[in-house]
Amino acid sequence: MGFSQTKDQSGVAVVQIEGQLIVGNRQELKDLVQAALDKGERRVLIDFSRTGYIDSSGLGALVSISKRIREAGGELRLSGLNEDLRSLFELTKLDTLFAIADTPQQALASF
Amino acid sequence: MTSPLRLCVRRSPAPEAEDAATLVTLRLPSDVSCIEEAVELVTRHCLAGHTATRTIRFRLQVVLSEALANAILRGNQEALDKWVDVRAELRSDLIRLFVTDEGPGFDPSAVPEPIEPEQIDEAGGRGLFLIRKLVDAVQFNEQGNSICMILRRH
Repeated sequence: MGFSQTKDQSGVAVVQIEGQLIVGNRQELKDLVQAALDKGERRVLIDFSRTGYIDSSGLGALVSISKRIREAGGELRLSGLNEDLRSLFELTKLDTLFAIADTPQQALASF
Repeated sequence: MTSPLRLCVRRSPAPEAEDAATLVTLRLPSDVSCIEEAVELVTRHCLAGHTATRTIRFRLQVVLSEALANAILRGNQEALDKWVDVRAELRSDLIRLFVTDEGPGFDPSAVPEPIEPEQIDEAGGRGLFLIRKLVDAVQFNEQGNSICMILRRH
C-alpha cells in the first residue's frame, strides 16, 4: 500500500493510489500533491486502477487536494475508478466536483 | 512486531440451529494506523466460507473503516488508554457488525447531510452518510457510542 508519483511524457504529474486511501494515509497523499505543486507542477492525475477501497477521509482528502490545485491555477483529473469506487463518488455527489475519466490514457488526453 | 489487535473467533456450538451464528470479536487501540489491519481481519472472517461478490466485500471494508475511524477519532478522541470493540455476528444470510467506543456518544440525527450544495466541497462529514448508503440497516444504542450495521450477504 502506498502512493507513487511519476511524470507523463506530456508533463502531467501522475499519482497512483496502491491499496487503500483512508484516514491512516490521507495526509501522505496531501503532502505528496503539495510537494508536486511546490515544485511547479500544475497538471495532476490521480489514478485509482490499483486501489482497493476509499473511506470518507480519503474522499475528503481528494476534495482538499482539488481545492489546493484549483487555487494554484492547476487542473486535477481522476481515473481508473472501478464500479464500486465510482459508486462512492456518485453517492456523495463528488462525481459533480471532479473530472473523472475511465482510464489514465483518457484522463491524460483531456488536459 | 506484535500486533496490538486482539481477535477472538467463536463458532456456535449448534450450527444447525436457526439462530446459529459465528461470533467474531476484535479489540483495537485508538490508533488509526490499526484500522487497515483490523478491516482486513474482520472482513476475512466475515466472508470465510461464503461466496461474496466484490461489492459485498467492498461495502464491508468501507463501512468498517468508517465506523472504526469515527470510533477512534470522534468517540475515543485518539486516547491511547481507550479501546474500540468490534463484534461481528455472522449468519448465513447476513452480517451484523457492532463497533463500540468508550466515548460519551453522539446524536446521529444531528449530523448534516453532506450532499447539500453548500456541503459538497467540505473536506469532512461523509462518514455516517456513506455507512447508511452502503448497508441494509443502521442502528445506534441509546448513548450513541455503539453503531450496529446490518449487511445482507445477497
